[in-house]
Amino acid sequence: MAKTMPRVQLAAAGGEAVREDLSASPLAVRGLTVSYGNKPAVFSIDATFRAEAMTAIIGPNGAGKSTLLKAALGIVPRLSGRVTVFGEALDKARGRIAYVPQRASVDWDFPTRVVDVVIMGMQRELGLLRLVRPAHRKRAFECLERVGMVDFADRQIGQLSGGQQQRVFLARALAQNADIYLLDEPFAGVDAATEKAIIDVLKALKADGRSVVCVHHDLATVADYFDDAFFINVRKIAEGRIASIFNAETLQATYGGRLASTHIDQLRLA
Amino acid sequence: MGAEFVTLSLTPILIGVFAAIACALPGNFLILRRQALIGDAISHVVLPGIVVAFLVTGTTASLAMMVGAAVAAVVAVVLIEAIKRLGRIEPGAAMGVTFTSLFAGGVLLLEQTDTSAVHLDVQHALMGNLESLIWFSGEGWGSLLDPVALADLPVELPRMAVVCALVIVFTIVLWRPLAITTFDEGFARTLGMPVNLIGFTLVVMAAIAAVAAFDAVGSIIVIAMFICPPAAARLMTNRLSHQVLWSAAFAALSAVLGYVAAGYGPIWLGGDYAVSAAGMIAAVSGIVLGLAVLFGPHRARVGEAVGEG
Repeated sequence: MAKTMPRVQLAAAGGEAVREDLSASPLAVRGLTVSYGNKPAVFSIDATFRAEAMTAIIGPNGAGKSTLLKAALGIVPRLSGRVTVFGEALDKARGRIAYVPQRASVDWDFPTRVVDVVIMGMQRELGLLRLVRPAHRKRAFECLERVGMVDFADRQIGQLSGGQQQRVFLARALAQNADIYLLDEPFAGVDAATEKAIIDVLKALKADGRSVVCVHHDLATVADYFDDAFFINVRKIAEGRIASIFNAETLQATYGGRLASTHIDQLRLA
Repeated sequence: MGAEFVTLSLTPILIGVFAAIACALPGNFLILRRQALIGDAISHVVLPGIVVAFLVTGTTASLAMMVGAAVAAVVAVVLIEAIKRLGRIEPGAAMGVTFTSLFAGGVLLLEQTDTSAVHLDVQHALMGNLESLIWFSGEGWGSLLDPVALADLPVELPRMAVVCALVIVFTIVLWRPLAITTFDEGFARTLGMPVNLIGFTLVVMAAIAAVAAFDAVGSIIVIAMFICPPAAARLMTNRLSHQVLWSAAFAALSAVLGYVAAGYGPIWLGGDYAVSAAGMIAAVSGIVLGLAVLFGPHRARVGEAVGEG
């Protein structure tokens, strides 16, 4: 654990500001604030996600879970805050990140096939004019195979069920061959078979040395699926190992005391 | 189909085809981005643009008119963005308020100033003058190989051809960025794509096509071609590349059929007149869309409604 925690280094001389070494963290944000209108959606968030771990971002509706991810990736503008990927500025490390948006964020009537969506994940290597070659297509099929969707490669994406659409999005992220995978509610509204397929892929990614961060809302599965948790309700509530912080106290602090104690009793808590 | 066809009909038909394709190609992406109205907006704001250009330069030279139209188009695009952002108004409303007020301003300006003596009127703005773009030196198919006769082609033809070629090159080069940013803007941002720049380039390209086409064929065709061929094409296929090809084919078909029907249709029906080619081309594109709605193989919206989140 010690090797993955951020070390604080003091600048050698000249009284410069204290600068952390964040190179061990696949994604770290400092002082992140985002506002929609006059109300902050997330306020002054510090987060240091751990490498080779699966982290759940947990909080009630409207707590800024998705906004935290989107602002960290520059999808929504941030009022303030600094983002690093393995210690580097975000723009220098875009190729190391794969993002799976919420399924409802796109129009699934768009005229495109499943395999074409997966190939979109290879855009950074394809650039403007390079043609899609059989090798790219083969890799796209391999990614579809990993999520169990290879039989649907030629389908129009609107012809899929919600769970199948979610798996196609995951396959597109796999095609990016990234070091950190950020997923926004990947288990929302999907069938049990899809949930199993997705969690298996994510665990395989972790075993392969990649890092995974999920916005997650099903408290019942947190302890089964994840290593770490980040609790947020506009402000940060807590972050750390499930084993040490996934408890009734943190949950009540996050949900503002609105969780029924009977609900909490059913969870596998630390 | 002899000498008379070459003199009278060949150039207007070609100009119509180039204009239709130049508008239809960006129209595919504009419709998928729910920005179909932007074609409408641009073709309306062109009117105040050319009126002001005339008042400033005192001529109706094509170049001055086109510069005025282009400036007006850019002003309109900036205004729409400003109203959308500052007023927090939905895009459709921002476009509607911009193009109606600019068009109305153009009409007022036209009435209040002494432009009645020149060929600058609302009718021309709407219908263009496609039928008048005839090739006096085109005395038969052989003229296509005669440099002297070719030099006498209406200037709208090469101009529209260049704009059409430009739009085709633009569509090919920016194909993947356009497709990705249109389908999933958030994902495109995470790839580091300049999403806003790509969207702005698309609108500028549409504006160039609209202004060039407006000059040759009037705004009715521009508005129809931005929307009808791509919308009909969407019902023919579930693949974007096929859709764009279908839309170009529908656009060309509408231009040819519409021009022929306007010129010869009434005569075939026993009349001794012709109807507006621009109006007929737009009407044919509407009929094509109607047929696609009724018979297109992919006309049903498929998939479940994804409403959560």
